[in-house]
Amino acid sequence: MSVRALVSHRLAGLAMIAAITILLPPFFPSAYYYRVGALVFIFALAAMGLNLLMGFAGQVSLGHAGFLGIGGYTVAIAPIYFGMPSWLCILGGAALSGLVAFLVGRPILRLKGHYLAVATLGFGVLVAIVLTNEAVWTGGPDGMMVPRLTLFEWRVRESDAWYWIAAATFLFGAVLALNLIDSPTGRALKAIHDSEVASSMLGVDVARQKLAIFVLSAIYVSVAGSYLALFNGHITPDVSGFVRSIELVAMVVLGGMGSVAGSLVGAAVLVVLPQILTVLHDYEHMVLGLILMGFMIFLRQGIVPSLAAVLAGRRT
Amino acid sequence: MAEFLQFFFSGLTVGTVYALVALGFTLIYNASDVINFAQGEFVMLGGMSTVFLALAGVPVPFAALIAVIVTAAVGLALHRFAIEPARGASPVALIMITIGASIFLRGVAQIVFDKRFHSLPPVLGAEPFRFGGAAVLPQSLVVFAGAGIIVMLLWQFVDRTMLGKAIIATAANRLAARLVGIDTRRIVGLSFVISAAIGAVAGILVTPITLTSYDVGTLLALKGFAAAMLGGIGSALGAVIGGLLLGMFEAFSAGYISSQYKDAVAFLVILAVLFAMPQGVLGRGKVERV
Repeated sequence: MSVRALVSHRLAGLAMIAAITILLPPFFPSAYYYRVGALVFIFALAAMGLNLLMGFAGQVSLGHAGFLGIGGYTVAIAPIYFGMPSWLCILGGAALSGLVAFLVGRPILRLKGHYLAVATLGFGVLVAIVLTNEAVWTGGPDGMMVPRLTLFEWRVRESDAWYWIAAATFLFGAVLALNLIDSPTGRALKAIHDSEVASSMLGVDVARQKLAIFVLSAIYVSVAGSYLALFNGHITPDVSGFVRSIELVAMVVLGGMGSVAGSLVGAAVLVVLPQILTVLHDYEHMVLGLILMGFMIFLRQGIVPSLAAVLAGRRT
Repeated sequence: MAEFLQFFFSGLTVGTVYALVALGFTLIYNASDVINFAQGEFVMLGGMSTVFLALAGVPVPFAALIAVIVTAAVGLALHRFAIEPARGASPVALIMITIGASIFLRGVAQIVFDKRFHSLPPVLGAEPFRFGGAAVLPQSLVVFAGAGIIVMLLWQFVDRTMLGKAIIATAANRLAARLVGIDTRRIVGLSFVISAAIGAVAGILVTPITLTSYDVGTLLALKGFAAAMLGGIGSALGAVIGGLLLGMFEAFSAGYISSQYKDAVAFLVILAVLFAMPQGVLGRGKVERV
């Protein structure tokens, strides 16, 4: 395989991300950096899931944090009340999220544009309300403790362990996503993105494809939610709130719709930025709002596609 | 019956505020296809500016007037510095810009004002009067009257003036509007100003009842957006009806079912309506061209 073919291979970008993931930790001055890194990968996983739906199938969701909550609360509730091992609950949560997505997906995905936006928004808000009000199970607005993940007698609680787990899961998810994009399903989704009517004329089962990708994206986000809960050791209904859903959408749009690497970049910006901005105290929100607006106005294609366009332009 | 009336009036009061927010959404959406999530912040700015101007010794009516002007200026600035430069961006990017704007405005508000709850003295006194066994706050009547006047004024403005007709033309077909010599950029700016002013008035009217703080905007924007969708986006009448319906649903479900789940019922109703009528109650069907 020539160098050129290697560079343009569809997994070349991922190999680069993997290399950076491995080479970066020696430069971390403290465990805090592992913590931020783990959060970046967890949110990148969620953003990638949402990106499959938004970037490839062209369907907006303002309520995907609902699945973050389902995944998170499954690993919180099932081990305490039913004695299920946490790792099994991650899978159970993913299955539950997939099932919920399957049930609500069909009617919701019939809607288009802003109606779809408000329906998904309603779904997310409903999950958050249920989590807040069923205090017997969820601890109400104050949330609940989450038992730590135990793998073969090993209680996973250190930030560096979570950094590696989250990064590995993100990369695995990314390989899956890239393969999917390159499959007939992926091409059908792109066709749906361009025109639903035209693709249905060409024999694409639009409703089925949209539902399938909705379920898949819910599973990605649910796993991220489980990780987040296990990593923090604590969970509150805010995990499903409107603000969280918006954050996920912001990560996708900021990084670049339809770009797997973009999900990582978007997540990195929106996880790291608030950490830096805390030094601004009261001015934090003001600056965050300004930066969000600035990015969307000047890099409206998203960071990764905009950069790619600049690089491509220089080469020619 | 007294109970029913009680819920009816409280639903009507909240619903009126939702209706005004939804009306603001609709105006901007019609002119520019932008869903402005900073709409709730206009309501907050109207209420908070009035409160702080009044605290500074400005008589309340003047404070309210200044607050409306300030909020309208913020609306204009939002269009000029955030929406206008992003012309041609995707709908999702535009939504993210308005959400960024709402975070920014909330951030500014918590610095300029403070993080506490504030109220204003009611216009007609605080003593509720009896109506068919239900206790009604006089301020509720002020809210109804204020909203009624706004809707009438807006209707007259759109129906009678050249500028109003230009707004209708821009909403109907932007290209055609430009071809007959309408400066659609100015019209979009104008719709932001009017929306902001309507939001501010709503905020001022409702503050004596519901109080205000720097972060009341988020939930109002959500509910207003939902109300606009419920009525069918793009229809001004639909926005008003959607807002009133949403207020009623909330009040009655809080009263008869569970006050904890009142927000849930509102969103369940919206989902049910959208599943049955994917274009909203008064929306028109759209045919996709290939």
